[in-house]
Amino acid sequence: MKRVVITGAGTINSLGHSVPDTLEAMREGRCGISDLEFRDVDRLAIKIGGQVRGFEAEGRFNRQQMTLYDRFTQFTLTAAKEAIDQSGIEFHGELAARSGVVLGTAGGGVSTWDDNYRSVYEDGKNRVHPFVVPKLMNNAAASHVSMEHNLKGPSFTVSTACASSNHAMSLAFQMVRSGAAPAMITGGAESMLCFGGVKAWEGLRVMSKDACRPFSANRNGMVQGEGAGVFVFEEYEHARARGAEILCEVVGFAMSSDASDIVMPSKQGASRAMEGALVDAKLNASDVCYINAHGTGTAANDKTECAAVAGVFGPHADDLMISSTKSMHGHLIGGTGAVELLACIMALRDGIIAPTIGYEEPDPECALDVVPNEAREAKVDVALSNAFAFGGLNAVLALKRI
Amino acid sequence: MSISDRVIAIIAEQAVLEPSDVTPESTLEDLGIDSLGLVESIFAIEEEFDITIPFNANEPTASDFDITNVAAIISGIDKLVSEKV
Repeated sequence: MKRVVITGAGTINSLGHSVPDTLEAMREGRCGISDLEFRDVDRLAIKIGGQVRGFEAEGRFNRQQMTLYDRFTQFTLTAAKEAIDQSGIEFHGELAARSGVVLGTAGGGVSTWDDNYRSVYEDGKNRVHPFVVPKLMNNAAASHVSMEHNLKGPSFTVSTACASSNHAMSLAFQMVRSGAAPAMITGGAESMLCFGGVKAWEGLRVMSKDACRPFSANRNGMVQGEGAGVFVFEEYEHARARGAEILCEVVGFAMSSDASDIVMPSKQGASRAMEGALVDAKLNASDVCYINAHGTGTAANDKTECAAVAGVFGPHADDLMISSTKSMHGHLIGGTGAVELLACIMALRDGIIAPTIGYEEPDPECALDVVPNEAREAKVDVALSNAFAFGGLNAVLALKRI
Repeated sequence: MSISDRVIAIIAEQAVLEPSDVTPESTLEDLGIDSLGLVESIFAIEEEFDITIPFNANEPTASDFDITNVAAIISGIDKLVSEKV
């Protein structure tokens, strides 16, 4: 089996338009959540979100591209460019033929659906733009990354709600580790912050009207975010041979299914995913220093996740740190695991643990070191990144300092 | 049908029971309605009466809307309907 390392990272989200900006915001515990701005927002009960500001697609993409790129594709291409530029990898010949793109998204081109439904239902138009379908399809972003960067190997999109990115990155990891591909572009994106996207979430009555406060006793729900995170996963010897900077190593993953409820989380399902990742990575529970939590800020997730961590790690659960950066960038749904992987990279490479901001009151059901409100310095050798999706589909990645 | 009868009909349907099995003293737990069932019931009640019920599943007891038992739910809806202009 091959070793797999990360040689490039890119992002755009409400905290920043690049990895350095995002990590700086996480270090400073800044909040990217604010009042939403889009058409008909006044008809929503939930009016806050982690919205990307100051992103001008015009100028970045030409007119023809704009007719084909939904906002989630625009985010993905922006993040992919940053990751690939940083990595310095160039896809030609055999490398291009065997390398591909695996991305996660839950909704794909949600605002394209929204805009065009509005046009035919509300405005009564009987004709839509010819590229509505290629613009909204869930695999559009993966396809455009493959075209833009000449990736001709296996490319596809994974959709497992809030675990989409972690499932995607787990698959990319598997492909590089097995030798099927020398490098894979992976991560995910989401852009649901439009009237229809937020209205759908409102229906579940699990959204907060004021803030995302994971693990805090007074938490009152999740807050949506948007953006993308994209990485270059590369075979270790390949990366070394070309002198690439290595951000960290991906050492294991596991996926599990609760097989119980369509929305309520399960301690057993979460536990099996974390345990499985440790087994796959040949790590002991005591090796783990940091967990980037799923930490949605809902009553159900946070207590279930903490119970699962306490069960899997035993007494060591009190020694490790676990934080939820959703408190800062919001829940990017299908893109969330990708943006959160950045917090793991910062922990492993820079020795800085991103905080859980908005933490106000201890909850006895979440009695772990959640790194409240302020970032912390610590040497971290091993980190886990959790994602537990609606539908009971879980994916956990294990990463190691290099 | 009175407000009470309409609410009981909605709750009974959610619980897959006859309306006669739903009493004012019944709690949602007694009726086998879980948190998802509650969210669905609230939606159905909002649609029936064209009202908005302040309910967040993360803090079911935090809002003014009391869900202790069927009688409490009915009185909450009575109030919301009477406040509606």
